[in-house]
Amino acid sequence: MSNTVSTAPKTEAAARTATAKGGQRDKALAWLTAPALFFFVAFAVVPLAGVLILSFASWDGIGAIGSAGLGNWFSVLADPGLYNALGLTFLIMIASWLVQTPISLLLGVFTAGSQRYRAALAVLYFLPLLLSSAAVAIAFKALLDPNFGLATGLGLPFLAQDWLGVPHLAVGLVIFVIAWQFVPFHTLIYQGGVRQIPKSLYEAAEIDGAGTIKQFFHITLPQLKYTIITSSTLMVVGSLTYFDLIFVLTGGGPGNSTRILALDMYLRGFRANLMGPASVIAVILVLIGLALALFLQRLGGKDKQGSQLEGM
Amino acid sequence: MKQPQTSRRSFLALAALAPFAAAVTSACGTSGPGASSGGGASMWYLSGEPNQTTMQKAVDAFSSANPDNKIAATYFQNDAYKTKIKTAIGAGQAPTIIYGWGGGTLKTYAEANQVEDLTSWFGENPDLKNKFFPAAFGAATVNGKIYAVPNQYVAPIVLFYNKELFEKAGAQPPKTWDDVMSLVKTFNDMGVAPFSLGGQSRWTSMMWLEYLLDRIGGAEVFTAIFEGKPNAWMDPAVIETGTKIQELVSADGFIKGFSSIAADSNADQALLFTGKAAMMLHGSWTYGAMKKGGQNFVQDGKLGFIPFPTISGGKGDPKNAVGNPAAYMSISSKATDKEKETAKKFLKDGILTDTVIDTYINSGSVPIVNGIEDKLDTSPDKDFLNFVYDLAKNAPNFQQSWDQALSPTAAEALLNNIDQLFLKSITPQQFAENMNATLGK
Repeated sequence: MSNTVSTAPKTEAAARTATAKGGQRDKALAWLTAPALFFFVAFAVVPLAGVLILSFASWDGIGAIGSAGLGNWFSVLADPGLYNALGLTFLIMIASWLVQTPISLLLGVFTAGSQRYRAALAVLYFLPLLLSSAAVAIAFKALLDPNFGLATGLGLPFLAQDWLGVPHLAVGLVIFVIAWQFVPFHTLIYQGGVRQIPKSLYEAAEIDGAGTIKQFFHITLPQLKYTIITSSTLMVVGSLTYFDLIFVLTGGGPGNSTRILALDMYLRGFRANLMGPASVIAVILVLIGLALALFLQRLGGKDKQGSQLEGM
Repeated sequence: MKQPQTSRRSFLALAALAPFAAAVTSACGTSGPGASSGGGASMWYLSGEPNQTTMQKAVDAFSSANPDNKIAATYFQNDAYKTKIKTAIGAGQAPTIIYGWGGGTLKTYAEANQVEDLTSWFGENPDLKNKFFPAAFGAATVNGKIYAVPNQYVAPIVLFYNKELFEKAGAQPPKTWDDVMSLVKTFNDMGVAPFSLGGQSRWTSMMWLEYLLDRIGGAEVFTAIFEGKPNAWMDPAVIETGTKIQELVSADGFIKGFSSIAADSNADQALLFTGKAAMMLHGSWTYGAMKKGGQNFVQDGKLGFIPFPTISGGKGDPKNAVGNPAAYMSISSKATDKEKETAKKFLKDGILTDTVIDTYINSGSVPIVNGIEDKLDTSPDKDFLNFVYDLAKNAPNFQQSWDQALSPTAAEALLNNIDQLFLKSITPQQFAENMNATLGK
């Protein structure tokens, strides 16, 4: 990668020490990566190659595998369903980021404080993190049932909407439930990030007369830059793989209104027996994921490459 | 921090070795769930009561009578099973006995030579063949050959209604489509939903289309679709069916929020027996569930049942039925000869024994065996059982549910388009065109 050139001066010293001690240690350390590399190749590279091959094949998942040439690619790229799924995936991704980042950032800063009641509150906030997506989806589905749900139980008619049956409500609800489930996780990341910030910075700011809000914008937020990037990367790349929650909650419906890319892939492959087109979508998903991850890495700037990717 | 640099050569050496290692590990998994030791056979079946207990008892009885040829049964949830069995068969890891619904999926298996051709075996065992309703064999037959043994019970789709609500409204159950539309108004004025529907499950909405198309265009229209005849979906009857559905949706025929109700949780049945909805088009299998879950709704005689209404000017025979003619069991062609022998013995002697037949009848179902009229008559549910029995027996055409009759590819497209038709996000014309594009797939 092009960045290796710019990081060269920083690692030069490290490299010099290493050569001084001889190449022996390098080799030994390289072999230490063998188990990780083995699993990576066996469970990521090999299946990926398989999916790539399948995207050019016609296969119903049961019979013989035949060649389809570029047929799958042409048919999927010409299918309006793909663009619906792509649009929804990006919509849910962006909306999730916009909803989750401010909430988890503020909650993270808040719970990083030391008062005892905060510890108790933090435990409450983290509860959704302990539940599996399927359980969350089933619970919300039961609570939101228009006839037997929470709204009728409590006599709150304004809540008795057909939440999962009207396309735009269903999309909004999916974004809400995803946020409910994942905000605790990102709060945890931000809490850790805030606790890493040296106390002396705040002490100095206080002497200079900066208030809490100024401290937040001038110390906390800049110091959390890499935490924000890490959390955003997880959020954005993770949103590509939201599957279980939406699968149980709406099954992609009503109509195609919550049929995101990962779900579209599953339904094509395992429901409709179209492994070829499903593999095309899998390849598209991988490409989008890689592009997004690289983009977010770049956002961190060269600084980040130097400090966090050292040793790669 | 000091970070030693890895040499490119050692990295490449590792990368080159890894696929080799991967090949070694993947070769380990040759003995799948399908392989069983000795003369036993494996079987996958659906979990859930009362069928699971009934099957386990049959398996236990067979295994203790044949200690050398035991059956090992594993149970899965319905939707999970459908995916798992497909994947297992594709990977060559199928159980000896493959449970299924016949039709399009069985055709996929048969054409990939994954299931045994049982035609000659049925020829050698005429008693077995004569034991079942003749209609049960339709969905077990692919290109003139029988690939599955029918089992369980016949389950046509019927129109259930809440007698109490009809009395309150002073109304009669619908005989024609015009009755249906006027009842929609009657019940909406009363503040009761006319029809319950678990629309999120999509196959529930499909049942409406099956009956409407049959009544409007006759059995021939779907037969042409099933055979993949050109433009079969463009039949005017299909478009009229779609139009009628959208009229019913526009008239608030279905309960508010129907597209977010799933049938898995039986919420649609609950709407009927709690009096929130007056009618429900559903499989006869829901009778047993309502009897069990609906307090005393069924026991107190509040549940009514009638055949699907007629449509004026329609070509179809009003006696035609749709639904599930039976469930099916096939034998994996990848099993050993010994396993196949055990499986055949079990399918012949072990399932649908007298005990199993009685259990089905007690749970409100009609087993697919001939000569059970006397048993049905002595049951406390004899009204319903005889209704189902006569409906299935007298139907000039018993159409298997479309999602099972069609290939999995066409079935998934169908369910997706039906969902959109009910949401009115596509027109009946678009529905027909979208489905027409799936012919032959």
